Amino acid sequence: MKFTWFNLMPWPYLPDDFREKNRSVWVDIDQRLFDPAKSHEVYNTYMDLLDYAGAIGFDGIGVNEHHQNGYGIMPSPNIIAAGLARRASDAAIVVLGNSIALYNPPVRVAEEFAMLDCISGGRLVAGFPVGTSMDTNYCYGQIPSLTREKYQEAHDLIIKAWTTREPFAFNGRYNKLRHVNIWPRPIQQPHPPIHIPGGGSVETYDFCIDNTYSYSYLSFSGYIRAKALMQGYWDRVAERNAPDASPYRAGFAQTICVADTDEEAERLYSEHISYFYNRCLHVYPGFADAPGYRTIKTIQTGALSQYAPPRGGYTELTWKDLIEGGHVIAGSPETVRQRMEDLIKGLNVGNIFCLMHVGNMPADKCMYSTKLFAEKVMPHLRNMFPDYADDGRFWCKPLDKRVRPSSLPSEAEAFRSVKSALAQEA
Amino acid sequence: MELKTVQTHHVPVRYLEAGSGQPLVYLHSAGGVTAEDPLLNALAETHHVYAPLLPGYGDSEECGEIRDMLDVTLHTWDVVRALGLKDPVLVGHSMGGMMAAEMAAVCPDAVSRLALICPTGLWLDDHPTTDIFSVMPYEMPALMFHDAVAGAAMFTAGTNVEDPGFLQAYLVRNARQLGMAGRILFPIPERGLSQRLYRVTAKTVVIWGDSDRVVSPVYAQAFKRQIKDAALVSIPEAGHMVTWEKTAEVAAAISRLG
Repeated sequence: MKFTWFNLMPWPYLPDDFREKNRSVWVDIDQRLFDPAKSHEVYNTYMDLLDYAGAIGFDGIGVNEHHQNGYGIMPSPNIIAAGLARRASDAAIVVLGNSIALYNPPVRVAEEFAMLDCISGGRLVAGFPVGTSMDTNYCYGQIPSLTREKYQEAHDLIIKAWTTREPFAFNGRYNKLRHVNIWPRPIQQPHPPIHIPGGGSVETYDFCIDNTYSYSYLSFSGYIRAKALMQGYWDRVAERNAPDASPYRAGFAQTICVADTDEEAERLYSEHISYFYNRCLHVYPGFADAPGYRTIKTIQTGALSQYAPPRGGYTELTWKDLIEGGHVIAGSPETVRQRMEDLIKGLNVGNIFCLMHVGNMPADKCMYSTKLFAEKVMPHLRNMFPDYADDGRFWCKPLDKRVRPSSLPSEAEAFRSVKSALAQEA
Repeated sequence: MELKTVQTHHVPVRYLEAGSGQPLVYLHSAGGVTAEDPLLNALAETHHVYAPLLPGYGDSEECGEIRDMLDVTLHTWDVVRALGLKDPVLVGHSMGGMMAAEMAAVCPDAVSRLALICPTGLWLDDHPTTDIFSVMPYEMPALMFHDAVAGAAMFTAGTNVEDPGFLQAYLVRNARQLGMAGRILFPIPERGLSQRLYRVTAKTVVIWGDSDRVVSPVYAQAFKRQIKDAALVSIPEAGHMVTWEKTAEVAAAISRLG
């Protein structure tokens, strides 16, 4: 199993009446709700929490990309990842990912991911989302019905840039480049492992299967509701005669909170869970799915955007609703272990993106929950798929010998060494 | 009103046809057009009306090869040629007006009469057009009509929102139709028309509802300024769906083009 500790980086100061006074947390959220001075501490705490998770045994630490979004203050995940890549840790840097249709030209992603891979010593796990309609269409102005074509071209360009050792010309529809020749290139060969976040489109299933990419379902609605979608993926894996049905071909994001007891979990976390599900996910439905963004085939499968309003409209979701519905896995280590087993077996997923910082959760509670998961839950889930224990295709392959930060000699040593070299020359 | 098909280079194109007399090509808005459209029926009393559907609209085939404004403009000229028409009266509503203006700017010698009904295609920073792509269905009537209550009745006529298949059919239709429209309208319905309007030589009428909340009537002045000798017909108590709310007035203004 690969456990990645994920931080969406929500803005923790949305007011109590946010839902009543604002139509959306995303796209046209009120500028005045963001306080740059307060964000200084928020960002640094969030990055420290990611470091902490990496240091106490999570396999990966994860970041993602959203724009104009009150629950994800990370328009550039690569900036955060660069900060994380510098710290001493064995954890993979999981960037899930860069919305590659938005980078102009997309070789920028090939370059920045290469830099991250080099700085981190080969610890990058790369993600290429199409991006949500909110981000891609409404914030970044991409034409909905051309977004996938542009995404596909960006993907082809990035892979070619990573794997071609000679300068080449790229005459795409959206990118015309005479000299593609990225410098630097990634440590991992032929390129870092690639995870593709998807929301149930058949085209994305096939894209992952055909390229040996891991399919990630990044939902906030939990493992119970994800069953049908993930089954659709595994059915497709079988239909297309993939060589195996390794669980590492798939990933799933799950909100998780651990405490000593189930009651304690509710006492500690319900306010933060409510903040996330009832305030942060308040997205204006008009932004959920620009016409043309999803393919007709996908719409016909009946999958609705997870940002579309639920049947019957929005209501306040309670702790009980969220636990019973499986949106959230929370409780004692034993409760969480059992439900995680259900999730892992039920969905057949080897990559878990653990959403352990939730809403406006303060650092101390987040550390408490994270530590309990790492110590009392994770070890029991390690060997769920012994048949695939050696499947390294979807995970990073770091250098054996990596430098650590603060690798400089002392000033005295530096000065001595310079002087002694000069003396030798003389 | 008959729904027919004509072959073009890219795709077979569906079009509505009715009436006799002077040929008139009507280019529909992003909302599409049906045989029941009141303006089409009014125009068919005096003209031989052809209303081609943009690929993806109605039951027509989609076309991946039409991606941008020039593609749409040339494709629509292909349709006019395939229909065997020479110098038809060219009429367009909203998105269709943008297309008609582009066609007249690209081939000024081929269009001598042009009617633009609250067209998109220009952009004024102080008067942003409404983002129709993020509007919820229930918000539409108040946006599209001067009289929102009457508009809502017209808007939902013949649909059963309780039908479980309704939502999926609605989403598919939107994806097909607005997905295509988005190629020239999203996120801002402006593709450089203002730098080409000087080329239009057609006798032009610009028709606008005074209560248009999608494309402000301020744009009527901009079109009038940029197209030489264009006439402006402003229609009171009409919104963006002026074609439905004041059908006779719109048809009369078009007929005056001769």
